[in-house]
Amino acid sequence: MTEKVIYHPGLRLGAAHPDAHEGAEELLFGFWVFLMSDAIVFGLLFATYASMLHSTAGGPGPKQLFDIRSIFVETLALLLSSFTYGMASLSLKYGRRSGPLVAWLCVTLALGLVFLGLEVHDFLSIFHQGAGPTHSGFLSAFFGLVPLHGLHVFTGCVWMIALMAQMAVYGVDRRVKLGLLRLGLFWHFLDIVWVAIFSVVYLGGLT
Amino acid sequence: MSRSSGGNHIAGRPSDDLAADYRRELRSYIYGLGLALLLTGVPFGLVYGSAIPAFWIFIAIGVFALIQVIVHVRFFLHIDPPRQKADDLHLMLFSALILALMAGGTIWILANLASRMH
Repeated sequence: MTEKVIYHPGLRLGAAHPDAHEGAEELLFGFWVFLMSDAIVFGLLFATYASMLHSTAGGPGPKQLFDIRSIFVETLALLLSSFTYGMASLSLKYGRRSGPLVAWLCVTLALGLVFLGLEVHDFLSIFHQGAGPTHSGFLSAFFGLVPLHGLHVFTGCVWMIALMAQMAVYGVDRRVKLGLLRLGLFWHFLDIVWVAIFSVVYLGGLT
Repeated sequence: MSRSSGGNHIAGRPSDDLAADYRRELRSYIYGLGLALLLTGVPFGLVYGSAIPAFWIFIAIGVFALIQVIVHVRFFLHIDPPRQKADDLHLMLFSALILALMAGGTIWILANLASRMH
């Protein structure tokens, strides 16, 4: 074995988990490549949104459609869920029992679902104002960008439930540990995309 | 096997070093959360109160968002250049370059076209 220190993005499990530590570098670097290509997809949708910002076709614009208080609560839920996922990662790395790990994952999942619930509520209220994605270029771009992030969060929630099911059946084994590390990267990445969304789409639109 | 990839806490006193590592990483997450809350609260407050001119609010939103992205990358994703292999950072910076070219180019060209339509 080489003396090279193994470093990869995200939390490093270290010597307490030799099973998952070996081989984590390639897997997580590969996942990191996927995340960066996903970032480019989001980035181009942002560019589309910015180009379409004034193409409201006489319909409602950001100031009529967005509710800053709801967006603020969604932001807090997602930010806290990123922190609680961090706590889950620390429980995985340092904890001897799986209890705290599962508890933190459940808190993260609950916060993710709160975020999704509020977001769906926002979308429905936009629909109720008769402003669906077919209404204008602005709304098409909005509904192309923001629900795609919501879909990612939903996927993350499903993945989290799947990992907890795997944990219940197989225990916290190598595959579960590597899955949790990758989901961690995914979850923190989605929070970064949300920072861009609330800054550009919501705060920029409401200014 | 664990000796090769481990650190000094295999050779030294395991429990003390592990506890120190734990406290250091916990502190990092707490700093990250605190900074992110601050960097979220200020732009929301500015937009909600709209006490300063719109132009400066736009500038503030952009600056706070950029700092917050760096905070997330540093404290939550643990991209930590001096102590880490540079591959991740290179990948991220190259993706950012491609993104800046494609998104910036799109916005530039389409805004230019739109202005010529009038």
